[in-house]
Amino acid sequence: MRAFAELLDRLSLTASRNAKLTLLRDHFTNAPDPDRGWALASLTGDLTFHAAKPAFIRKAVEARMDPVLFGWSYDYVGDLAETVALVWPARPGANREPELSEVVDALRSASRSEVQRLIETWLDALDPTGRWALLKLMTGGLRVGVSARLAKQAVADLRPVPVSEVEEIWHALRPPYEDLFAWLEGRSERPTADAPGRFRPVMLAQAIDEEVDFGKLAPNDYAAEWKWDGIRVQAVNEGGVRRLYTRTGDDISRTFPDVIEALEFEGAIDGELLVLREGAIAPFADLQQRLNRKSVNDKLLATYPAGIRAYDLLADGGEDTRVLPFARRRARLEDFVARLRTSRIDLSPLQPFESWSELAELRRQPPVGDAQIAEGLMLKRWDSVYEAGRPKGPWFKWKRDPFLVDAVLMYAQRGHGKRSSFYSDYTFGVWTEGVDGARMLTPVGKAYFGFTDEELKLLDKYVRDHTVDRYGPVRAVRADVRHGLVLEVAFEGLQRSTRHKSGVAMRFPRINRIRWDKPAGEADELAALERMLERMEAR
Amino acid sequence: MIRPESLLCPKPEGLYCAPGDFFVDPVRPVTRAVITHGHSDHARAGHGVVIATPETLAIMEERYGRDFAGSVQALGYGESISRDGVEVTLVPAGHVLGSAQAVVRWKGLTMVVSGDYKRRRDPTCPPFEPVPCDVFISEATFGLPVFRHPDDRHEIAKLLRSIEQFPERAHMIGAYALGKAQRVIRLLREAGWEKTIYVHGALERLNRLYEAHGVALGPLAPATTGAKQDFAGEIIIAPPSALADRWSRRFPDPVAAFASGWMQVRARARQRGVELPLVISDHADWDELTATIDELRPGELWITHGREEALLRWAELHDVPARALALVGYEDEIED
Repeated sequence: MRAFAELLDRLSLTASRNAKLTLLRDHFTNAPDPDRGWALASLTGDLTFHAAKPAFIRKAVEARMDPVLFGWSYDYVGDLAETVALVWPARPGANREPELSEVVDALRSASRSEVQRLIETWLDALDPTGRWALLKLMTGGLRVGVSARLAKQAVADLRPVPVSEVEEIWHALRPPYEDLFAWLEGRSERPTADAPGRFRPVMLAQAIDEEVDFGKLAPNDYAAEWKWDGIRVQAVNEGGVRRLYTRTGDDISRTFPDVIEALEFEGAIDGELLVLREGAIAPFADLQQRLNRKSVNDKLLATYPAGIRAYDLLADGGEDTRVLPFARRRARLEDFVARLRTSRIDLSPLQPFESWSELAELRRQPPVGDAQIAEGLMLKRWDSVYEAGRPKGPWFKWKRDPFLVDAVLMYAQRGHGKRSSFYSDYTFGVWTEGVDGARMLTPVGKAYFGFTDEELKLLDKYVRDHTVDRYGPVRAVRADVRHGLVLEVAFEGLQRSTRHKSGVAMRFPRINRIRWDKPAGEADELAALERMLERMEAR
Repeated sequence: MIRPESLLCPKPEGLYCAPGDFFVDPVRPVTRAVITHGHSDHARAGHGVVIATPETLAIMEERYGRDFAGSVQALGYGESISRDGVEVTLVPAGHVLGSAQAVVRWKGLTMVVSGDYKRRRDPTCPPFEPVPCDVFISEATFGLPVFRHPDDRHEIAKLLRSIEQFPERAHMIGAYALGKAQRVIRLLREAGWEKTIYVHGALERLNRLYEAHGVALGPLAPATTGAKQDFAGEIIIAPPSALADRWSRRFPDPVAAFASGWMQVRARARQRGVELPLVISDHADWDELTATIDELRPGELWITHGREEALLRWAELHDVPARALALVGYEDEIED
């Protein structure tokens, strides 16, 4: 338990991805089986307990100390698990510290009342970090900034193998993953991936470099289709096992019962999850209403009906079609979708073209319909097999040019980790009219990337030299009609928002260019963003 | 029985002894001052006469120059002076080099002004000495049950393990310039770290002063010379404010560590961008505060500064008459 607790403790304050990977790798290398497997399961979200409920913890601690002092402590710390971990009266020597596997075994099998008694004896024996880790583990939400994919990446690094190899077999594995570690340490064969309903690691596209790539590519080697603005999913039905996975292999079946119900086929398709109304795509904001929900109700299902726009076929009946060239897979997919009797799964149409210039024109001015809100185009080589990872050459994404707006820097916040000595998170605003008729800035977004390291140094200096106020880690920067720094902000889309005072929210905003030359008074007006939004909605 | 308030009472300048005509740790210039220790919020320049341990006087001279007071009177641990029937004795407080409790006796009444103190071992100063008293005047910087400082050796082990895990990065430890920095260096030496430790310029004079008082710090070097990569795998000690300062950019991808009792609370660490919190404090934690009161069982407990409400509550539950003095001008351990 101690090693696991120290791992979580370090992870919770580590910002850099590489440093997190180092911490995880070290743990998976040094911790014994089955402890490390349980640690992995807790990080990938494959470990949940039902017998342990957090509510009794507060009662247990208040039985041990003055409730008034506990209340003040909780007010100060702000997090229940952390407060209890710190204030729990230690009884050193009372018990032995439990191993992680003992804790997991007991939480999985013991009855609720037994579990409560056990937890109290463990809390007596552990140090504050151990108590904190135990309470986090018990209540499920570790929240230490590690995604399931990052944990899998760290495991894959042990051998090393590409993370897709771990993802491919993941759904056939069960915690504590002793067979997985045995394979990665070269002690046994790779575990089999033949579990029905398993996830297949996805094929990803390279971003196209217009200057270089088009000169080398022949238009008739490639098929083009629209790049839809939803989330990439894999829908599987094998022998009655139905699953819906994200592109990193997270199982989201429970969130989308409507889609699961529609998987009346035997095979696996690759496609885009969208909110579809009468065959038309709804904006991404509608899909967001359905994402990351633990429970769904009928109203939500009716208001935001989800479906899949299919663009590839990975398995057909019992046959693995990934070895076929795209042209063959595409023909099979068209037949496959045509046989389905559901409106929830449709086909992503190909966009015929003769030359790159013709395609460029289509990208600039998409035809009427769903293509108007597509993110851009996908290019797929007709002869390419379906290959996990991001191979260079067979698939390209060619995103629509971003929207641009000139905004004024208003606030800057210190970054994290490597950037903690820099003001690297920028809030920017556009002009609007105040109640008194004077022009004033209203914040419309926040961006913390898009600039080079050199530009970051200059921005940091600008913030320090033009600070007019400070609020903790945030500095307000001088910004009025005559003084201020104009940032050209690029973004992928706009949504209406009630949470932002300006009423609009940007998708993926980033700093495209620093307009050192442009007077602040000439930055854009909020009305310009509102017009963009109206055009998007008028599709 | 004499009322304790006639011996010591709070005034805007600080705690005042009327029969002896002196203040303890006054925050403004006064005629006569007894100074418990050298931290700048307790030891200020500009008093007429300063009475303190020789170490504290040396620290004040180092910080403020030779003319920091009209005149000084050095009082070693266990030594006393008397004036108008009031006797003042200085005994170790275990906080930093030279730190003392002021034991004030008058007409059979004993009051102890502890100043800042801690109860655990510190390789840079003698341990706190409990003195039976009628009134114990305590700090309460970490006066909440959430503050339970772990064994400092455990924290140093955490640091050394991180250096093994990240040999390509520098480890930069924020530590208060007086006391904490030297204690961390001594703890590192005791844990077997024999390499040169790199220090920020702001620590150099106090490091020399500690060495002159017999606290051996081992090989130290300024952190300002050398190429970026030379600091990979090395330890750098700097004032906390330097952690997120532009100064830190000279080191390779530094792991920001901070040696402070506040690091017990994760949100405080996160707020300051600390990646490796080291819970090492020169103040008594909750258990030390309450154990000290329990041990002394004073007739009355007075609380000078910090989180007094929780300690008052504890005293009430344990039948110790207590009051908060709400003295202003003393800072938390954190400086920024």
